[in-house]
Amino acid sequence: MQIAKYMRGSVTVVELDGELDSVTAPASREELAQLASSGGPVLLDLSRMSYMSSAGLRVLLLVYRQARDAGAALALAGIPPMIREVMAATGFLDFFTVAESVEAALVDLEP
Amino acid sequence: MSLSSLERIDGNPTSTIAGLGVRPGRPVPFGATRVPGGVNFSVYSNRATAMTLVLFKIGQSEPFAELPFPPEFRIGGVFAMTVFGLDSDEIEYGYRATGPQPPGVGDRFNPDRVLSDPYAKMIGGRAEWGVPPDYFDRYVYRARLPMEDFDWEGDRPLRLPTEDLVIYELHVRGYTRHPSSGVAAGGTFAGLAEKIPYLRELGVNCVELMPIFEFDECENIRVNPVTGNRLLNFWGYSTVSFFAPKASYAATGRYGMQVDELKNLVKKLHAAGIEVMLDVVFNHTAEGNELGPTISFRGLDNRTYYMLTPDGYYYNFSGTGNTVNCNDPVVRGFVLDCLRYWAIEYHIDGFRFDLAAILDRAPDGTPLANPPLIESLAHDPVLRDCKLVAEAWDAGGLYQVGRFPGYFRWSEWNGRYRDTLRRFLKGDQGTIGEMASGLVGSPDLYGHRGPAASVNFVTAHDGFSLADLVSYNDKHNDANGERNQDGDNGNNSWNCGAEGHTDDAATLALRRQQMRNALLLLLSSHGVPMLLAGDEMARTQHGNNNAYCQDDPDFWFDWQLAERNADLVRFTRLAIAFRRAHPALRRRVHPTGRQRDGFGHLPDVSWHGVRPYEPDWSPDNQLLAVMFYECDDACPTRDCVYLVANSHWDTHEVQPPAPPPGLRWHVFANTGAPSPDDAYAPGDEPVLTDPDHLLVGARSTVLLVALPAD
Repeated sequence: MQIAKYMRGSVTVVELDGELDSVTAPASREELAQLASSGGPVLLDLSRMSYMSSAGLRVLLLVYRQARDAGAALALAGIPPMIREVMAATGFLDFFTVAESVEAALVDLEP
Repeated sequence: MSLSSLERIDGNPTSTIAGLGVRPGRPVPFGATRVPGGVNFSVYSNRATAMTLVLFKIGQSEPFAELPFPPEFRIGGVFAMTVFGLDSDEIEYGYRATGPQPPGVGDRFNPDRVLSDPYAKMIGGRAEWGVPPDYFDRYVYRARLPMEDFDWEGDRPLRLPTEDLVIYELHVRGYTRHPSSGVAAGGTFAGLAEKIPYLRELGVNCVELMPIFEFDECENIRVNPVTGNRLLNFWGYSTVSFFAPKASYAATGRYGMQVDELKNLVKKLHAAGIEVMLDVVFNHTAEGNELGPTISFRGLDNRTYYMLTPDGYYYNFSGTGNTVNCNDPVVRGFVLDCLRYWAIEYHIDGFRFDLAAILDRAPDGTPLANPPLIESLAHDPVLRDCKLVAEAWDAGGLYQVGRFPGYFRWSEWNGRYRDTLRRFLKGDQGTIGEMASGLVGSPDLYGHRGPAASVNFVTAHDGFSLADLVSYNDKHNDANGERNQDGDNGNNSWNCGAEGHTDDAATLALRRQQMRNALLLLLSSHGVPMLLAGDEMARTQHGNNNAYCQDDPDFWFDWQLAERNADLVRFTRLAIAFRRAHPALRRRVHPTGRQRDGFGHLPDVSWHGVRPYEPDWSPDNQLLAVMFYECDDACPTRDCVYLVANSHWDTHEVQPPAPPPGLRWHVFANTGAPSPDDAYAPGDEPVLTDPDHLLVGARSTVLLVALPAD
């Protein structure tokens, strides 16, 4: 699991690359929580994710809620179809602000 | 590691077994439970002399660790161990149980087998529907630990009054597996969730799901002689694991997320005002008889979990090889734990118990007057608001409809109502009196318990669908591979003039009318109506009245019928809406014929014939009319409806009774009229133009409603 970060205007874009499962979850959670707590809007770009386990989805939701509670906007973009199907079937999708693409999300997130 | 876990002084191992840190576990709760730093494993066996915990990485055939329980880890008949440092998301676990030598009568210990935990909350290894497992593998149905942190967002069970329910019985896979369903993941919990708008529009407020506990659809060894295809156990009345949802009913089962997916379905149904009732099969298990597979119970404690003959063989009151020993105190606890789990963890609103008469048999099979299991369930604090519905018979000849020990709490599938309605519909003589009883909630059966004790139905998964009930005189089960020997022979069905498919317009018209008669009588009877999914669109099973093994496009729910038979869907929807609009049809207590004091009141029920207040109870009469009147204490509205059911082959002219003062009769439904005049939406019911002369056509049902004259 690789996590990269870059800025697009005031939005912190976080790229997740690889598998998010119970093995990679604890470290990823810590890293994502730090990135999400910077205060500004955050966009998680999932387009390079190959697998997301049940533990992985929980990490995403925890980070999302932590950011929300801290008053930061957070959105997901580029969810691969297979992961999206899992998120829809289990209801996880309903919890997030979701955009089809990074570009679309930036429009929503830019203050 | 969080502070709270550091604060405990039992958060560390006391010894090491097979390279893993362990300490004596907690005997309760049974099953595998996440605890700080590890997982607590607890399993019961009264007869085992030794027990070993077997741990696998997910999907691996060889275990990565085997941990014998040290003697000091056993308390009473329970083996308990906490194991530290496990990634609970990545493991599957099971047990090996060793028994005494020589074996006692009924012992079936075999330490070569890895046994599934009876309390497994999730089963791995069976995520793909219809793919047979490797039965030579020593561990096929593999216990796993789900996350149990679903976010319900405030959802609670709906607690709808039982008498207000309209139950819709469906098969999770069959309902959306057909390509015509149009859902993303056909045949799954997620697929069903996509059909919630349809359910809402239809107006049902409770779905009863045919078995969703983990079962093995591949256990069926028969072949369809017509197609040569392998048959399955499509319905799944053969439980492998009672705490685990069926993985292959989840689009996400291959990712081990069936628990979340099912919970999400329940949450969404609740948000739509629809309760969820589970069809639970506690009468037997998938382990079968002496020749069946050793999966879990029989290898752990055969003598506790099953009813055994004095020689140690299986009693077979279920017709499937074994019988769960429901009134053994340990098994009672198991059943209670299981139902509580589904009520607490999944917010389930009610349970329908398959072959429930078995639940009141003693360990030797004798029916008990006060069966402790039934009583425990009736009075359980957690289950207090759950509906409990008994299929009050079993395959051992015990038939308890109207006599099931219900503790003023249980309802029953009213098999008598089904038989009576069917016989009345096809024009059998001598059914008027019983039909009348059925219309008022069968007080002859449930007089002490009220109409809600009676779950009324004309069709259910067992037997013909409604379309087949009016299209076949005889069952046609050849495709089941038993030379048409399986399935019930007593169907009380009538094909309306031709067996099966026909192009004869008059026959087809009569069938449509008969289906409407059945639906209208069912939905205007006191008690709890239950519809078989698909009957609202004339779904056929081609004359097969025992379709348990037919996982086939011809048997899946064909959604194209919703358009083809849109008029019947509309009729059903309106009849449901009418029921929900009229409290006179949904009483909590049986009507008695008494009349309130005061001007203008009518009896709560009155019986009529072709002339008002002159019912004809003679055996050769086939016309029955009833008026229901409801006026609650505050009396803001008077609710009055009048129903005429004519199962005779001739038209009759009927004079309805006078409606309450100031009201006029309007026509809600007339099954003898072509669509769309067969039923009207609330508020659109036309006034009955000639209130003294109502023509009720041959084999027709008319339902009038009294509305203010404006």
